[in-house]
Amino acid sequence: MTEILQTRALGKTFGGLDAVSDVDLSVQTGEIHCLIGPNGAGKSTLFKLVVGTYAPTRGNIVFRDRDVTAQRPYQRVKEGMSIKMQTPSVFRELPVRQNLHIALQHHVASQALAQEEDRLLELLELSADAGKPAGVLSHGQQQWLEIGMALALKPALLLLDEPTAGMSPEETFRTGELIQQLNGTGVTVLVVEHDMTFVRQIAQRVTVLHFGKVFARGSIEEILADQRVEEIYLGKPHEH
Amino acid sequence: MLRLVNGPQTVGNGPAFWISFLVVLVGALVYPLFADAYDVGNFAYFLLWVFMALGLCLMWGYCGMLSFGQTFFFGIAGYAYGVLAINFGGGTMTLAALVLAVLLAALAALVLGYFLIWGRVGGVFFGIVTLSATLVLAFFLGQTAGPEWRIGEARLNGFNGMKGMDPLNVPWFDDETLYFEGSSLYYLAIGMIVLVYLGLRMLLNSRFGNVIVAIREDPQRAELLGYDVRKYQLVTFIIGSSLAGLSGVLYTSWGQFITPSSVGLPAAAMPIVWVAFSGRGDITATMVGSFLILVAFQTITVHSQQAALILMGAMLLTTVMVAPQGFVIGVARLVGRLFRRGPSARAGD
Repeated sequence: MTEILQTRALGKTFGGLDAVSDVDLSVQTGEIHCLIGPNGAGKSTLFKLVVGTYAPTRGNIVFRDRDVTAQRPYQRVKEGMSIKMQTPSVFRELPVRQNLHIALQHHVASQALAQEEDRLLELLELSADAGKPAGVLSHGQQQWLEIGMALALKPALLLLDEPTAGMSPEETFRTGELIQQLNGTGVTVLVVEHDMTFVRQIAQRVTVLHFGKVFARGSIEEILADQRVEEIYLGKPHEH
Repeated sequence: MLRLVNGPQTVGNGPAFWISFLVVLVGALVYPLFADAYDVGNFAYFLLWVFMALGLCLMWGYCGMLSFGQTFFFGIAGYAYGVLAINFGGGTMTLAALVLAVLLAALAALVLGYFLIWGRVGGVFFGIVTLSATLVLAFFLGQTAGPEWRIGEARLNGFNGMKGMDPLNVPWFDDETLYFEGSSLYYLAIGMIVLVYLGLRMLLNSRFGNVIVAIREDPQRAELLGYDVRKYQLVTFIIGSSLAGLSGVLYTSWGQFITPSSVGLPAAAMPIVWVAFSGRGDITATMVGSFLILVAFQTITVHSQQAALILMGAMLLTTVMVAPQGFVIGVARLVGRLFRRGPSARAGD
Protein backbone atom coordinates (compact mmCIF):
# COMPACT_ATOMS: atom_id res chain seq x y z
CA MET A 1 0.00 0.00 0.00
CA THR A 2 1.21 3.52 -0.72
CA GLU A 3 0.96 6.43 1.65
CA ILE A 4 -1.51 9.07 0.60
CA LEU A 5 -0.82 11.42 3.52
CA GLN A 6 2.20 11.86 5.71
CA THR A 7 3.09 14.36 8.37
CA ARG A 8 6.75 14.65 9.26
CA ALA A 9 7.75 15.99 12.69
CA LEU A 10 4.70 18.22 12.55
CA GLY A 11 4.31 20.72 15.37
CA LYS A 12 2.10 23.61 16.39
CA THR A 13 2.77 25.90 19.30
CA PHE A 14 0.29 28.37 20.75
CA GLY A 15 2.19 30.80 22.95
CA GLY A 16 4.26 28.49 25.13
CA LEU A 17 2.00 25.47 24.67
CA ASP A 18 2.90 22.66 22.29
CA ALA A 19 -0.57 21.64 21.11
CA VAL A 20 0.97 19.23 18.58
CA SER A 21 4.55 18.08 18.83
CA ASP A 22 6.70 16.02 16.44
CA VAL A 23 3.79 14.08 14.99
CA ASP A 24 4.59 11.56 12.27
CA LEU A 25 1.28 10.42 10.90
CA SER A 26 0.94 8.06 8.00
CA VAL A 27 -2.33 7.32 6.19
CA GLN A 28 -2.32 4.48 3.65
CA THR A 29 -4.26 4.70 0.40
CA GLY A 30 -7.64 3.01 0.68
CA GLU A 31 -7.86 2.67 4.45
CA ILE A 32 -10.11 4.12 7.14
CA HIS A 33 -7.72 5.65 9.62
CA CYS A 34 -8.96 6.98 12.94
CA LEU A 35 -7.21 9.56 15.03
CA ILE A 36 -8.24 9.21 18.67
CA GLY A 37 -7.24 10.51 22.06
CA PRO A 38 -8.66 12.06 25.20
CA ASN A 39 -9.85 15.66 25.34
CA GLY A 40 -7.01 18.09 24.77
CA ALA A 41 -4.83 15.48 23.06
CA GLY A 42 -4.36 17.71 20.00
CA LYS A 43 -6.58 15.80 17.57
CA SER A 44 -8.47 18.81 16.24
CA THR A 45 -5.30 20.90 16.04
CA LEU A 46 -3.61 18.17 14.02
CA PHE A 47 -6.69 17.97 11.80
CA LYS A 48 -6.59 21.72 11.18
CA LEU A 49 -2.90 21.51 10.34
CA VAL A 50 -3.60 18.81 7.77
CA VAL A 51 -6.53 20.77 6.35
CA GLY A 52 -4.56 24.01 6.23
CA THR A 53 -6.62 26.24 8.50
CA TYR A 54 -3.61 26.35 10.87
CA ALA A 55 -0.06 26.89 9.66
CA PRO A 56 2.40 24.55 11.38
CA THR A 57 5.15 25.92 13.59
CA ARG A 58 7.47 23.19 12.26
CA GLY A 59 7.41 20.04 10.16
CA ASN A 60 5.90 19.09 6.82
CA ILE A 61 2.73 17.69 5.34
CA VAL A 62 3.02 15.51 2.23
CA PHE A 63 -0.12 14.62 0.28
CA ARG A 64 0.07 12.35 -2.75
CA ASP A 65 3.84 12.79 -2.81
CA ARG A 66 3.62 16.58 -2.88
CA ASP A 67 4.59 18.88 -0.04
CA VAL A 68 1.42 20.85 0.70
CA THR A 69 2.63 22.50 3.91
CA ALA A 70 2.46 26.02 2.48
CA GLN A 71 -0.76 25.51 0.54
CA ARG A 72 -4.03 27.15 1.52
CA PRO A 73 -7.07 24.95 2.22
CA TYR A 74 -8.64 25.49 -1.21
CA GLN A 75 -5.43 24.38 -2.89
CA ARG A 76 -5.34 21.19 -0.82
CA VAL A 77 -8.95 20.54 -1.81
CA LYS A 78 -7.94 20.89 -5.45
CA GLU A 79 -5.17 18.36 -4.83
CA GLY A 80 -7.81 15.82 -3.75
CA MET A 81 -8.59 16.40 -0.07
CA SER A 82 -12.14 16.89 1.07
CA ILE A 83 -13.00 18.15 4.50
CA LYS A 84 -15.82 18.07 7.01
CA MET A 85 -15.21 20.18 10.07
CA GLN A 86 -16.33 19.39 13.62
CA THR A 87 -19.39 21.64 13.77
CA PRO A 88 -21.76 21.38 10.82
CA SER A 89 -20.98 24.22 8.44
CA VAL A 90 -23.54 24.17 5.70
CA PHE A 91 -24.93 27.17 3.82
CA ARG A 92 -27.89 27.59 6.15
CA GLU A 93 -29.97 30.04 4.13
CA LEU A 94 -29.61 28.11 0.88
CA PRO A 95 -31.70 25.08 -0.10
CA VAL A 96 -30.22 21.64 0.50
CA ARG A 97 -29.99 20.99 -3.25
CA GLN A 98 -28.12 24.26 -3.82
CA ASN A 99 -25.63 23.31 -1.10
CA LEU A 100 -24.79 20.19 -3.08
CA HIS A 101 -24.89 22.10 -6.36
CA ILE A 102 -22.20 24.53 -5.15
CA ALA A 103 -20.00 21.63 -4.15
CA LEU A 104 -20.58 19.76 -7.41
CA GLN A 105 -20.30 22.60 -9.93
CA HIS A 106 -16.50 22.44 -9.75
CA HIS A 107 -16.12 19.31 -11.77
CA VAL A 108 -19.52 18.17 -12.99
CA ALA A 109 -20.83 19.32 -16.37
CA SER A 110 -23.94 21.53 -16.23
CA GLN A 111 -26.17 18.97 -17.92
CA ALA A 112 -25.19 16.25 -15.42
CA LEU A 113 -25.54 18.39 -12.30
CA ALA A 114 -29.20 17.64 -11.51
CA GLN A 115 -28.64 13.90 -11.88
CA GLU A 116 -25.62 13.96 -9.58
CA GLU A 117 -27.51 16.07 -7.04
CA ASP A 118 -30.34 13.51 -7.05
CA ARG A 119 -27.88 10.66 -6.54
CA LEU A 120 -26.30 12.36 -3.52
CA LEU A 121 -29.66 13.37 -2.05
CA GLU A 122 -30.75 9.74 -2.22
CA LEU A 123 -27.51 8.50 -0.70
CA LEU A 124 -27.89 10.97 2.17
CA GLU A 125 -31.62 10.25 2.53
CA LEU A 126 -32.38 13.94 2.02
CA SER A 127 -34.45 13.76 -1.17
CA ALA A 128 -37.62 14.88 0.62
CA ASP A 129 -35.81 17.92 2.04
CA ALA A 130 -34.07 19.04 -1.17
CA GLY A 131 -35.96 22.34 -1.36
CA LYS A 132 -35.69 23.27 2.32
CA PRO A 133 -33.10 25.71 3.61
CA ALA A 134 -30.22 23.69 5.05
CA GLY A 135 -30.56 25.56 8.35
CA VAL A 136 -33.89 23.87 9.16
CA LEU A 137 -32.48 20.34 8.94
CA SER A 138 -31.85 18.39 12.13
CA HIS A 139 -28.31 18.38 13.50
CA GLY A 140 -27.69 14.87 12.19
CA GLN A 141 -29.06 15.72 8.75
CA GLN A 142 -26.80 18.77 8.59
CA GLN A 143 -23.85 16.53 9.42
CA TRP A 144 -24.82 14.22 6.57
CA LEU A 145 -25.34 17.09 4.19
CA GLU A 146 -21.87 18.32 4.96
CA ILE A 147 -20.47 14.85 4.41
CA GLY A 148 -22.35 14.85 1.11
CA MET A 149 -20.78 18.16 0.13
CA ALA A 150 -17.37 16.74 0.97
CA LEU A 151 -18.15 13.66 -1.13
CA ALA A 152 -19.34 15.77 -4.03
CA LEU A 153 -15.74 16.79 -4.63
CA LYS A 154 -14.90 13.15 -5.46
CA PRO A 155 -11.93 13.22 -3.09
CA ALA A 156 -8.97 10.91 -2.87
CA LEU A 157 -8.84 11.57 0.87
CA LEU A 158 -11.91 12.38 2.96
CA LEU A 159 -11.12 14.14 6.23
CA LEU A 160 -13.82 14.03 8.89
CA ASP A 161 -13.55 15.81 12.23
CA GLU A 162 -15.94 14.19 14.73
CA PRO A 163 -18.56 13.42 12.09
CA THR A 164 -21.00 11.94 14.64
CA ALA A 165 -20.91 14.77 17.17
CA GLY A 166 -24.45 15.36 18.43
CA MET A 167 -25.91 12.36 16.60
CA SER A 168 -28.19 9.73 18.11
CA PRO A 169 -26.83 6.14 18.32
CA GLU A 170 -28.89 5.21 15.24
CA GLU A 171 -27.59 8.18 13.25
CA THR A 172 -24.05 7.37 14.40
CA PHE A 173 -24.36 3.78 13.22
CA ARG A 174 -25.84 4.91 9.90
CA THR A 175 -22.94 7.36 9.47
CA GLY A 176 -20.50 4.52 10.10
CA GLU A 177 -22.19 2.49 7.38
CA LEU A 178 -22.03 5.43 5.01
CA ILE A 179 -18.29 5.86 5.61
CA GLN A 180 -17.67 2.14 5.04
CA GLN A 181 -19.74 2.30 1.88
CA LEU A 182 -17.61 5.19 0.62
CA ASN A 183 -14.41 3.44 1.57
CA GLY A 184 -15.63 0.48 -0.49
CA THR A 185 -15.59 2.73 -3.54
CA GLY A 186 -11.89 3.49 -3.02
CA VAL A 187 -12.01 6.68 -0.93
CA THR A 188 -9.39 6.90 1.80
CA VAL A 189 -10.84 8.27 5.03
CA LEU A 190 -9.16 9.97 7.98
CA VAL A 191 -11.50 10.42 10.93
CA VAL A 192 -10.92 12.33 14.15
CA GLU A 193 -13.18 10.78 16.76
CA HIS A 194 -13.42 10.00 20.44
CA ASP A 195 -16.54 7.83 20.37
CA MET A 196 -14.89 4.40 20.71
CA THR A 197 -18.03 2.53 19.68
CA PHE A 198 -17.97 4.39 16.38
CA VAL A 199 -14.21 3.87 16.04
CA ARG A 200 -14.67 0.12 16.57
CA GLN A 201 -17.30 0.10 13.84
CA ILE A 202 -15.20 1.71 11.13
CA ALA A 203 -11.49 1.85 11.93
CA GLN A 204 -8.91 -0.23 10.13
CA ARG A 205 -5.90 1.54 11.59
CA VAL A 206 -5.71 3.89 14.53
CA THR A 207 -3.31 6.57 15.74
CA VAL A 208 -3.64 7.61 19.38
CA LEU A 209 -2.62 11.12 20.40
CA HIS A 210 -1.84 12.17 23.95
CA PHE A 211 -0.55 15.56 25.05
CA GLY A 212 0.01 16.47 21.41
CA LYS A 213 2.25 13.47 20.65
CA VAL A 214 1.71 10.11 19.03
CA PHE A 215 1.07 7.77 21.93
CA ALA A 216 0.29 4.57 20.07
CA ARG A 217 -0.55 3.33 16.60
CA GLY A 218 -1.68 0.08 15.06
CA SER A 219 -4.68 -1.90 13.95
CA ILE A 220 -7.94 -1.39 15.83
CA GLU A 221 -7.44 -4.76 17.54
CA GLU A 222 -3.95 -3.81 18.71
CA ILE A 223 -5.13 -0.48 20.05
CA LEU A 224 -8.08 -2.00 21.86
CA ALA A 225 -5.76 -4.52 23.47
CA ASP A 226 -3.28 -1.87 24.58
CA GLN A 227 -3.65 -1.35 28.31
CA ARG A 228 -1.89 2.05 28.14
CA VAL A 229 -4.52 3.41 25.78
CA GLU A 230 -7.29 2.36 28.13
CA GLU A 231 -5.46 4.08 30.95
CA ILE A 232 -5.18 7.43 29.23
CA TYR A 233 -8.85 7.28 28.25
CA LEU A 234 -9.87 6.38 31.83
CA GLY A 235 -7.38 8.82 33.32
CA LYS A 236 -5.33 6.17 35.12
CA PRO A 237 -1.62 6.81 35.79
CA HIS A 238 0.79 5.28 33.28
CA GLU A 239 4.43 5.26 32.32
CA HIS A 240 5.75 6.08 28.85
CA MET B 1 -26.43 31.89 -21.51
CA LEU B 2 -29.73 33.78 -21.57
CA ARG B 3 -31.37 31.12 -19.43
CA LEU B 4 -29.26 32.46 -16.56
CA VAL B 5 -31.52 35.51 -16.26
CA ASN B 6 -33.65 33.15 -14.18
CA GLY B 7 -32.24 31.24 -11.25
CA PRO B 8 -32.01 30.72 -7.53
CA GLN B 9 -30.30 34.03 -6.74
CA THR B 10 -32.95 36.33 -8.18
CA VAL B 11 -36.53 36.92 -7.15
CA GLY B 12 -38.97 36.86 -10.04
CA ASN B 13 -38.40 34.01 -12.46
CA GLY B 14 -41.82 33.22 -13.87
CA PRO B 15 -43.76 34.52 -16.89
CA ALA B 16 -45.78 36.86 -14.63
CA PHE B 17 -42.59 38.58 -13.53
CA TRP B 18 -41.22 39.02 -17.04
CA ILE B 19 -44.54 40.31 -18.37
CA SER B 20 -44.57 42.86 -15.53
CA PHE B 21 -40.96 43.72 -16.35
CA LEU B 22 -41.84 44.38 -20.00
CA VAL B 23 -44.89 46.46 -19.04
CA VAL B 24 -42.77 48.64 -16.74
CA LEU B 25 -40.05 48.93 -19.39
CA VAL B 26 -42.50 49.96 -22.10
CA GLY B 27 -44.07 52.43 -19.65
CA ALA B 28 -40.62 53.88 -18.94
CA LEU B 29 -39.86 54.15 -22.67
CA VAL B 30 -43.08 56.04 -23.53
CA TYR B 31 -43.01 58.21 -20.40
CA PRO B 32 -41.05 61.09 -22.02
CA LEU B 33 -43.68 61.31 -24.77
CA PHE B 34 -46.26 62.41 -22.24
CA ALA B 35 -44.28 63.97 -19.42
CA ASP B 36 -42.91 67.43 -18.88
CA ALA B 37 -39.26 67.81 -19.99
CA TYR B 38 -38.28 68.93 -16.50
CA ASP B 39 -39.75 65.79 -14.95
CA VAL B 40 -37.99 63.59 -17.52
CA GLY B 41 -34.68 65.24 -16.65
CA ASN B 42 -35.39 64.65 -12.97
CA PHE B 43 -36.16 60.99 -13.63
CA ALA B 44 -32.90 60.68 -15.54
CA TYR B 45 -31.16 62.06 -12.44
CA PHE B 46 -32.82 59.44 -10.20
CA LEU B 47 -31.83 56.66 -12.55
CA LEU B 48 -28.15 57.66 -12.45
CA TRP B 49 -27.88 56.51 -8.85
CA VAL B 50 -29.37 53.07 -9.43
CA PHE B 51 -26.02 51.70 -10.69
CA MET B 52 -24.36 52.56 -7.40
CA ALA B 53 -27.17 50.86 -5.47
CA LEU B 54 -26.94 47.74 -7.65
CA GLY B 55 -23.19 47.60 -7.07
CA LEU B 56 -23.64 47.77 -3.30
CA CYS B 57 -26.38 45.15 -3.45
CA LEU B 58 -23.99 42.81 -5.28
CA MET B 59 -21.22 43.30 -2.73
CA TRP B 60 -23.25 43.45 0.46
CA GLY B 61 -26.39 41.47 -0.23
CA TYR B 62 -24.85 38.68 -2.26
CA CYS B 63 -21.24 38.48 -1.09
CA GLY B 64 -21.54 39.76 2.48
CA MET B 65 -19.13 42.69 2.10
CA LEU B 66 -20.59 45.90 3.51
CA SER B 67 -18.72 48.59 1.60
CA PHE B 68 -19.11 52.15 2.80
CA GLY B 69 -16.98 53.22 -0.13
CA GLN B 70 -19.44 53.57 -2.99
CA THR B 71 -19.04 57.33 -3.09
CA PHE B 72 -15.25 56.90 -2.99
CA PHE B 73 -15.43 55.22 -6.42
CA PHE B 74 -18.26 57.55 -7.48
CA GLY B 75 -15.95 60.48 -6.75
CA ILE B 76 -12.89 58.97 -8.41
CA ALA B 77 -14.78 58.23 -11.63
CA GLY B 78 -16.76 61.49 -11.53
CA TYR B 79 -13.66 63.63 -11.12
CA ALA B 80 -11.74 61.48 -13.62
CA TYR B 81 -14.49 62.03 -16.19
CA GLY B 82 -14.31 65.76 -15.61
CA VAL B 83 -10.53 65.88 -15.90
CA LEU B 84 -10.47 63.71 -19.01
CA ALA B 85 -13.42 65.38 -20.75
CA ILE B 86 -11.87 68.81 -20.24
CA ASN B 87 -8.40 67.74 -21.31
CA PHE B 88 -9.62 65.73 -24.28
CA GLY B 89 -11.39 68.86 -25.46
CA GLY B 90 -14.90 67.48 -24.98
CA GLY B 91 -16.95 66.47 -27.99
CA THR B 92 -17.23 62.82 -28.79
CA MET B 93 -14.09 62.12 -26.76
CA THR B 94 -16.40 62.19 -23.75
CA LEU B 95 -17.23 58.56 -24.49
CA ALA B 96 -13.54 57.69 -24.13
CA ALA B 97 -13.56 59.71 -20.90
CA LEU B 98 -16.50 57.64 -19.64
CA VAL B 99 -14.72 54.34 -20.34
CA LEU B 100 -11.40 55.48 -18.87
CA ALA B 101 -13.03 56.97 -15.79
CA VAL B 102 -14.88 53.72 -15.00
CA LEU B 103 -11.67 51.77 -15.62
CA LEU B 104 -9.87 54.06 -13.19
CA ALA B 105 -12.54 53.36 -10.55
CA ALA B 106 -12.07 49.63 -11.24
CA LEU B 107 -8.31 50.00 -10.81
CA ALA B 108 -8.80 51.86 -7.53
CA ALA B 109 -11.13 49.04 -6.40
CA LEU B 110 -8.50 46.48 -7.37
CA VAL B 111 -5.84 48.19 -5.27
CA LEU B 112 -8.03 48.96 -2.22
CA GLY B 113 -9.78 45.58 -2.45
CA TYR B 114 -6.50 43.71 -2.68
CA PHE B 115 -5.19 45.20 0.55
CA LEU B 116 -8.51 44.75 2.34
CA ILE B 117 -9.24 41.20 1.21
CA TRP B 118 -5.71 39.80 1.20
CA GLY B 119 -5.20 41.59 4.52
CA ARG B 120 -8.21 39.64 5.88
CA VAL B 121 -10.13 42.79 6.78
CA GLY B 122 -13.68 41.57 7.17
CA GLY B 123 -17.00 42.20 8.86
CA VAL B 124 -17.56 45.63 10.33
CA PHE B 125 -13.93 46.58 9.74
CA PHE B 126 -14.46 46.32 5.99
CA GLY B 127 -17.09 49.05 6.32
CA ILE B 128 -14.87 51.15 8.57
CA VAL B 129 -11.86 51.06 6.26
CA THR B 130 -13.90 51.78 3.12
CA LEU B 131 -15.62 54.66 4.93
CA SER B 132 -12.21 55.97 5.99
CA ALA B 133 -11.03 55.92 2.38
CA THR B 134 -14.17 57.82 1.39
CA LEU B 135 -13.65 60.49 4.06
CA VAL B 136 -9.97 60.88 3.16
CA LEU B 137 -10.91 61.46 -0.49
CA ALA B 138 -13.64 63.95 0.44
CA PHE B 139 -11.23 65.81 2.73
CA PHE B 140 -8.53 65.82 0.09
CA LEU B 141 -10.86 67.13 -2.62
CA GLY B 142 -12.14 69.83 -0.26
CA GLN B 143 -8.66 71.37 0.09
CA THR B 144 -7.96 71.63 -3.64
CA ALA B 145 -9.20 75.21 -4.01
CA GLY B 146 -5.83 76.71 -4.92
CA PRO B 147 -4.78 77.26 -8.54
CA GLU B 148 -1.99 74.69 -8.09
CA TRP B 149 -4.59 71.92 -7.91
CA ARG B 150 -5.11 71.41 -11.58
CA ILE B 151 -4.62 68.46 -13.90
CA GLY B 152 -3.87 69.81 -17.33
CA GLU B 153 -6.66 72.27 -18.11
CA ALA B 154 -8.95 70.97 -15.35
CA ARG B 155 -9.04 72.77 -12.01
CA LEU B 156 -10.35 70.78 -9.04
CA ASN B 157 -11.67 73.92 -7.29
CA GLY B 158 -12.00 72.62 -3.72
CA PHE B 159 -15.47 72.79 -2.18
CA ASN B 160 -16.81 74.70 -5.15
CA GLY B 161 -16.18 71.63 -7.25
CA MET B 162 -15.02 70.99 -10.76
CA LYS B 163 -17.10 72.32 -13.62
CA GLY B 164 -16.98 73.05 -17.32
CA MET B 165 -16.79 69.54 -18.72
CA ASP B 166 -18.94 68.57 -21.71
CA PRO B 167 -21.79 66.18 -21.13
CA LEU B 168 -21.59 62.80 -22.83
CA ASN B 169 -22.31 63.08 -26.53
CA VAL B 170 -22.11 61.14 -29.78
CA PRO B 171 -22.10 62.11 -33.47
CA TRP B 172 -25.66 62.12 -34.79
CA PHE B 173 -27.37 62.34 -38.19
CA ASP B 174 -26.75 65.30 -40.53
CA ASP B 175 -23.45 66.20 -38.83
CA GLU B 176 -25.35 66.94 -35.65
CA THR B 177 -24.12 66.02 -32.17
CA LEU B 178 -26.41 64.28 -29.72
CA TYR B 179 -25.79 65.52 -26.18
CA PHE B 180 -27.06 63.20 -23.48
CA GLU B 181 -29.19 65.64 -21.56
CA GLY B 182 -32.85 65.61 -20.62
CA SER B 183 -34.76 62.88 -22.42
CA SER B 184 -31.71 61.53 -24.29
CA LEU B 185 -29.90 61.06 -20.97
CA TYR B 186 -33.06 59.44 -19.65
CA TYR B 187 -33.05 56.92 -22.51
CA LEU B 188 -29.33 56.31 -22.12
CA ALA B 189 -29.82 55.60 -18.42
CA ILE B 190 -32.78 53.28 -19.10
CA GLY B 191 -30.77 51.35 -21.70
CA MET B 192 -27.76 51.02 -19.42
CA ILE B 193 -29.88 49.96 -16.46
CA VAL B 194 -31.55 47.22 -18.51
CA LEU B 195 -28.14 45.97 -19.68
CA VAL B 196 -26.59 46.11 -16.21
CA TYR B 197 -29.64 44.57 -14.57
CA LEU B 198 -29.84 41.63 -17.00
CA GLY B 199 -26.06 41.21 -16.90
CA LEU B 200 -26.09 41.07 -13.11
CA ARG B 201 -28.94 38.56 -13.13
CA MET B 202 -26.92 36.30 -15.42
CA LEU B 203 -23.81 36.75 -13.31
CA LEU B 204 -25.67 35.99 -10.08
CA ASN B 205 -27.34 32.86 -11.44
CA SER B 206 -24.08 31.55 -12.88
CA ARG B 207 -21.45 29.46 -11.12
CA PHE B 208 -19.83 32.71 -9.99
CA GLY B 209 -23.07 33.80 -8.30
CA ASN B 210 -23.40 30.47 -6.53
CA VAL B 211 -19.93 30.89 -5.11
CA ILE B 212 -20.40 34.44 -3.84
CA VAL B 213 -23.62 33.56 -2.00
CA ALA B 214 -21.76 30.59 -0.52
CA ILE B 215 -19.05 33.01 0.65
CA ARG B 216 -21.72 35.22 2.21
CA GLU B 217 -23.13 32.24 4.08
CA ASP B 218 -19.87 30.68 5.26
CA PRO B 219 -16.51 31.74 3.79
CA GLN B 220 -14.60 28.89 5.42
CA ARG B 221 -16.98 26.27 4.05
CA ALA B 222 -16.69 27.87 0.61
CA GLU B 223 -12.91 27.65 0.77
CA LEU B 224 -13.13 24.04 1.91
CA LEU B 225 -15.06 23.31 -1.28
CA GLY B 226 -12.00 24.39 -3.23
CA TYR B 227 -12.82 28.02 -4.02
CA ASP B 228 -10.25 30.76 -3.59
CA VAL B 229 -12.58 33.01 -1.64
CA ARG B 230 -10.31 36.04 -1.92
CA LYS B 231 -10.43 36.12 -5.71
CA TYR B 232 -14.21 35.90 -5.81
CA GLN B 233 -14.50 38.67 -3.21
CA LEU B 234 -12.08 40.87 -5.11
CA VAL B 235 -13.86 40.43 -8.44
CA THR B 236 -17.20 41.18 -6.75
CA PHE B 237 -15.72 44.28 -5.11
CA ILE B 238 -14.36 45.52 -8.43
CA ILE B 239 -17.67 45.02 -10.26
CA GLY B 240 -19.70 46.66 -7.47
CA SER B 241 -17.32 49.59 -7.16
CA SER B 242 -17.14 50.08 -10.93
CA LEU B 243 -20.92 50.44 -10.99
CA ALA B 244 -20.55 53.24 -8.43
CA GLY B 245 -17.98 54.73 -10.79
CA LEU B 246 -20.49 54.57 -13.64
CA SER B 247 -22.95 56.52 -11.49
CA GLY B 248 -20.23 59.08 -10.83
CA VAL B 249 -19.55 59.59 -14.53
CA LEU B 250 -23.21 59.92 -15.43
CA TYR B 251 -23.77 62.33 -12.54
CA THR B 252 -20.88 64.57 -13.62
CA SER B 253 -22.08 64.46 -17.21
CA TRP B 254 -25.65 65.26 -16.10
CA GLY B 255 -24.79 68.34 -14.06
CA GLN B 256 -21.47 69.22 -15.73
CA PHE B 257 -20.00 69.62 -12.27
CA ILE B 258 -18.94 67.52 -9.30
CA THR B 259 -18.16 68.60 -5.76
CA PRO B 260 -16.55 66.93 -2.72
CA SER B 261 -19.95 66.86 -1.00
CA SER B 262 -21.00 64.11 -3.40
CA VAL B 263 -18.26 61.97 -1.84
CA GLY B 264 -18.54 62.88 1.88
CA LEU B 265 -20.26 61.20 4.80
CA PRO B 266 -23.95 62.04 4.17
CA ALA B 267 -23.60 60.99 0.53
CA ALA B 268 -21.72 57.82 1.52
CA ALA B 269 -24.53 56.78 3.85
CA MET B 270 -27.24 57.09 1.21
CA PRO B 271 -26.54 53.91 -0.78
CA ILE B 272 -26.59 51.94 2.48
CA VAL B 273 -30.06 53.30 3.27
CA TRP B 274 -31.38 52.65 -0.24
CA VAL B 275 -30.16 49.07 -0.34
CA ALA B 276 -31.06 48.21 3.25
CA PHE B 277 -34.58 49.58 2.85
CA SER B 278 -35.12 47.96 -0.54
CA GLY B 279 -33.74 44.55 0.37
CA ARG B 280 -30.09 43.80 -0.09
CA GLY B 281 -30.82 40.17 -0.94
CA ASP B 282 -32.16 40.89 -4.41
CA ILE B 283 -31.16 43.20 -7.24
CA THR B 284 -34.72 43.75 -8.48
CA ALA B 285 -35.81 44.92 -5.05
CA THR B 286 -32.75 47.17 -4.87
CA MET B 287 -33.37 48.65 -8.30
CA VAL B 288 -37.06 49.40 -7.69
CA GLY B 289 -36.65 50.44 -4.05
CA SER B 290 -33.71 52.75 -4.65
CA PHE B 291 -35.53 54.53 -7.46
CA LEU B 292 -38.64 55.03 -5.32
CA ILE B 293 -36.60 56.31 -2.37
CA LEU B 294 -34.78 58.76 -4.62
CA VAL B 295 -38.09 60.09 -5.93
CA ALA B 296 -39.43 60.43 -2.37
CA PHE B 297 -36.20 62.03 -1.15
CA GLN B 298 -36.21 64.58 -3.94
CA THR B 299 -39.88 65.39 -3.41
CA ILE B 300 -39.34 66.04 0.29
CA THR B 301 -36.07 67.90 -0.31
CA VAL B 302 -37.97 70.50 -2.32
CA HIS B 303 -39.72 71.46 0.92
CA SER B 304 -36.98 70.71 3.46
CA GLN B 305 -33.60 69.07 3.03
CA GLN B 306 -33.34 68.45 6.77
CA ALA B 307 -36.67 66.65 6.77
CA ALA B 308 -35.49 64.42 3.91
CA LEU B 309 -32.33 63.47 5.79
CA ILE B 310 -34.32 62.72 8.94
CA LEU B 311 -36.64 60.55 6.85
CA MET B 312 -33.66 58.59 5.51
CA GLY B 313 -32.41 58.00 9.05
CA ALA B 314 -35.86 56.94 10.21
CA MET B 315 -36.18 54.56 7.27
CA LEU B 316 -32.84 52.92 8.09
CA LEU B 317 -33.78 52.50 11.75
CA THR B 318 -37.21 51.12 10.89
CA THR B 319 -35.72 48.69 8.40
CA VAL B 320 -33.18 47.38 10.89
CA MET B 321 -35.80 46.96 13.61
CA VAL B 322 -38.88 45.84 11.67
CA ALA B 323 -37.79 44.33 8.36
CA PRO B 324 -34.06 43.57 8.37
CA GLN B 325 -34.33 41.88 4.98
CA GLY B 326 -35.83 45.05 3.46
CA PHE B 327 -39.31 46.35 2.81
CA VAL B 328 -39.44 46.01 -0.95
CA ILE B 329 -38.23 42.41 -0.93
CA GLY B 330 -40.74 41.68 1.83
CA VAL B 331 -43.60 43.04 -0.25
CA ALA B 332 -42.33 41.22 -3.37
CA ARG B 333 -42.24 37.90 -1.53
CA LEU B 334 -45.69 38.50 -0.11
CA VAL B 335 -47.07 39.14 -3.59
CA GLY B 336 -45.20 36.09 -4.86
CA ARG B 337 -46.83 33.92 -2.20
CA LEU B 338 -50.28 35.29 -3.04
CA PHE B 339 -49.85 34.40 -6.69
CA ARG B 340 -48.11 31.09 -6.14
CA ARG B 341 -50.06 28.35 -7.78
CA GLY B 342 -48.48 25.11 -6.71
CA PRO B 343 -46.67 23.81 -3.65
CA SER B 344 -43.51 23.28 -5.67
CA ALA B 345 -43.20 26.90 -6.78
CA ARG B 346 -40.24 28.79 -5.35
CA ALA B 347 -40.84 31.63 -2.94
CA GLY B 348 -40.76 34.86 -4.79
CA ASP B 349 -41.52 33.39 -8.20
